[in-house]
Order: sequence, then structure tokens, then C-alpha cells
Amino acid sequence: MGWEYVIPGYLVVFGTLAVYATAVLRRGRSLSKQLPEEKRRFLAPEAGTTDLEK
Amino acid sequence: MTTTGVDTNVSTVPAHTGSRGSRALGAICLVLIAALLIFALWVTPPEVSQRDAVRLFYIHVPSAIVSFYIAFTITLIGSILYLAKQSVFWDLMAGASAEIGVVFLGFTLVTGMLWGRPTWGTYWQWDPRLTSTAVSFVLYLGYLAVRRLDMDPALRSRRAAILGIVSFANLIIVRYSVSWWRSLHQGTTLDPVDTQMDGVMLFTFFLGTITMILVFFWLLIHRFRVAWLEHQLAEVGLEAAIQERRSEGNASDASSDGKTR
Amino acid sequence: MEWVSRVLTTQVLPFGLLVLILFGFGISPDLQVRGSEDRSVLEQVAPGLFWLAVLFSALLAIGRSFAIEAVDGNLDALRLAGLEPAGIFLGKGAATLVELFVLELIVGVGAFLFYGSPLANPLLLITTVVLATVGIAAAGTLYAALAAGLRVRDTLVPLLLLPVLAPVLLAATLATEAALFGPASDGWPWLYALGAFAILYVGAGILAFGSLLEES
Repeated sequence: MGWEYVIPGYLVVFGTLAVYATAVLRRGRSLSKQLPEEKRRFLAPEAGTTDLEK
Repeated sequence: MTTTGVDTNVSTVPAHTGSRGSRALGAICLVLIAALLIFALWVTPPEVSQRDAVRLFYIHVPSAIVSFYIAFTITLIGSILYLAKQSVFWDLMAGASAEIGVVFLGFTLVTGMLWGRPTWGTYWQWDPRLTSTAVSFVLYLGYLAVRRLDMDPALRSRRAAILGIVSFANLIIVRYSVSWWRSLHQGTTLDPVDTQMDGVMLFTFFLGTITMILVFFWLLIHRFRVAWLEHQLAEVGLEAAIQERRSEGNASDASSDGKTR
Repeated sequence: MEWVSRVLTTQVLPFGLLVLILFGFGISPDLQVRGSEDRSVLEQVAPGLFWLAVLFSALLAIGRSFAIEAVDGNLDALRLAGLEPAGIFLGKGAATLVELFVLELIVGVGAFLFYGSPLANPLLLITTVVLATVGIAAAGTLYAALAAGLRVRDTLVPLLLLPVLAPVLLAATLATEAALFGPASDGWPWLYALGAFAILYVGAGILAFGSLLEES
């Protein structure tokens, strides 16, 4: 008794998580492509020794 | 032109929101989810009175814990820190956390109602958790609505921050008043937390909690990064618009040399 | 300004009364409560209906109070005149409070007329109304400011304010039930809740109004 509620429940939860995660990741990709590298992350990864150009 | 010699193997910033850290976390989450599914749906026995419906409990309460104790708390902290330091980081963090918090509240509601149907006979019973979850859900939908208003971004962030703080206070008020209210009506309501849990069931419950917490943080990392990208894009757009105005101004200045203003 | 709010009251008041009447259409006056002192359902739920009517009418009143100011630019004028934001909050809040009291008086009389409830504990009722209304006025003023100047204000304020006022609705209804029917002791505990809410929102308004009024 109850499986007919349990299954939909788990499907909704994990299905929504999958959909939401996919949506966020895809949005991340599409936005990243539109920006130059230095603007993509709040904390850019440590670069090697590069000239400071400004 | 860089003459960095050996170190030109510098990690370039990828065109997506992943990182080594988030990949690792994501992998752990997948493992935990698999484990949770196995334990919740197979290993654990049906409960005495609720039978299999109890399996929803392993995600119902963890979802509630994640949203109330983690997600909206981060929104609160982020809102306070934004007001104190004008830090964009905290503004975006507060917003991202609230959005995911609302998603988990949705899970709490859905699983709660599905749990209730076989157990109570109805999809809704005005029990403290479900009722306060429902009110909180709308409360934070309002917060998310304010974050999307079409207005000056700095002003919007400030208003959202104030709302983030006040909403958390409301959260507490709602929880307490609803609990108090429902405690006056000792009906045949069965509170999920009253179920007798032992051994495997208790373990699965904790497994569910840990899993949901980590999934939350994985989502938060990515959602924050997306919010950061949106913010940067808006700034870039703004800069471009300002540049355009300037060059238009220069052009018209040049062409109107000699004419009186 | 006083004159203007009287104009508002002639729109808001009829709305409140209308809601009361509609509740009577929605909940048949002939519905009897099973086994309870020969009292109709409508009469039993009168406290809740009263507070619902007040809440919905209050949304109108609160929405309007910032609309007028925004149009006149009075808010800016007040700020430039050097008035403390907290003072503006308390001033606007007090104006709303008075409007709400008038509203509640009329709607309250209407409720007694339409629903025919008794009145066991008048003092409890008055205290409940005062405390609840202070909370409603304070929260309403705060949230109206949050949405001020926005095109979507009229839909945003209800969305924001109603979940916030749900506990007030709850506490006020339960206290009013005790004031009308039951033992007063059932009601007084909820007054603490109402009082706490009122203090919280008056405080929040005083603290936050400065930030809210600043136009970037």
C-alpha cells in the first residue's frame, strides 16, 4: 500500500532536480560563451605568470 | 604578448559553470542519490501503520530541512552582508539560495501531500509542517518576484535584501504560530515525525538528509555562477550602451563645432 | 491629506462591506453547525470573515496610500525637508492605522448586523483589534514602500503582504472568537503573538525605511 504515491513522489523530486540542474548548467554554458574569459568567474583560477596588461 | 615560458599551460576559464570542485561534489551527490534510492525504495521495510508510504518521508523531511535551515538562512545572511558591505557576491548568493530553497519547499509540499493521501486519506491536513510550508512557499515566491523586478539593479538588490531579512523573520513567525495553532487541535492527525523509526530507517533518513544537503550545495554553486554571469553580462551591456552614447556625443560635438549651443 | 483619505475611505469602506455581504452569499446563513448551540456556520466563522474582509480592504487602502504620494512627489519633498525616514514611516503608518480603525469600526458593526454574533468579552475584542491593526498598518506601510514607484505595485503588495499577515489573521481570528463566544482565557495568549508581531514590524519599519526611501 502506498507505492502508487511513492513512485510519483520520487519521480517528481528527482525528475525536477534533473530538469532544474540541466537548465542551470545549460544557461551557464550559454552565458559563459557570451563573455570574455576574465569575466566568467567571480574568482578566476590562478593564472601562471602573465604580464599585467592595463 | 606574454613570455611566460613553461607556464603557458595555464587553466583557461571554461565556457561553463563547472569546476574540479563542483565535479567532485556532483559525483558524490550521484553516488548518494543512488544509495538513497536503494535504501529508501528497497532495503527499508514498510512501516507498521503507513506501510510503504513512509518511503516518501525519506525525502519529505530532508527537503524541509534543506530549505528552512540552510537555503533561507543563507538568504538571510547574504541579505545582511549585502546591506552591510554592498557586496555583489552576497546579493547573488542570497538570490540563488532562495531560488533553490523554493524548489526544495516545493518538494516538501508535494511529498507531504503524497504521503498524506494514503496515510490520512486526504491530500491535505492542516498539520503544522505542511501549512507553514505552504505559506512560506508563497512568501519566498514573493521574494523571487522582487528580485526580477524591472528596476535599477542596485535599488532592486537593496529592496530584495531587506525583504530577505524580513521574510526570514516571517518564516519563524509562521512556523511558531501555525504549530501553536495546530497543537490546540489534537485531532487524529499523524505527524510524520512521530513515526517509530529504528535501525535502517533511521539511517536512511540521515542518508536522505545528507544527500539533499549536498545536492543543494551543488545546485547552489552552479546557480550562483549563473547569477554571476548574468550580472556580468548586464554590466557589459551597460558599459557598451554608455560607450555608444559617448561616441555619439563625440560625433555630434565634432559635427557641431562652430555652431553655438 | 486628511481630505484625501476620506475619499479613499469612501472606496475602501464600501469594498469592505461588500466583502462581508459576499461572504454571506458564499456561506449560507442557514447552514447549521452540527451539535453546537443552535448556531449557524456563518455566525461561528464571523470572526474569521471579519478579519478577512479587513485584510482585503486594507490591501486597497495601503496600496492607495503610496500611490498618491508618488504622484505628488510628496515623499521626495518630505525627505528634502529633512524629515527622518523613521518619522515618515511612523507618520504614514499612523495615517494608515487611523484609516484601518475607521474601516474596522464600520465593518465590525456590519459583521455584528449580518452575522449576528454575541459579544462576551468586549475588552478582549478591543485589545485584539488595536494590536492586530498596528501590526497590519506597520507591515503594510513597510511593504508598500518596498513596492513604491513600481508599475506592478498593485499585484506585488498583496502577494508580499498576505503571507506575512497570515499569522496575524490567525491570531486575531482566534482571539476574536474567544472575545465573541468563548472563555477569554482562550484569547489572551494570542494577544502576545499579535503584540510581538506589531513590535517587530514597527521596529523593522523604523530601521528599514531609510534604505527603502533612498532612490539609488
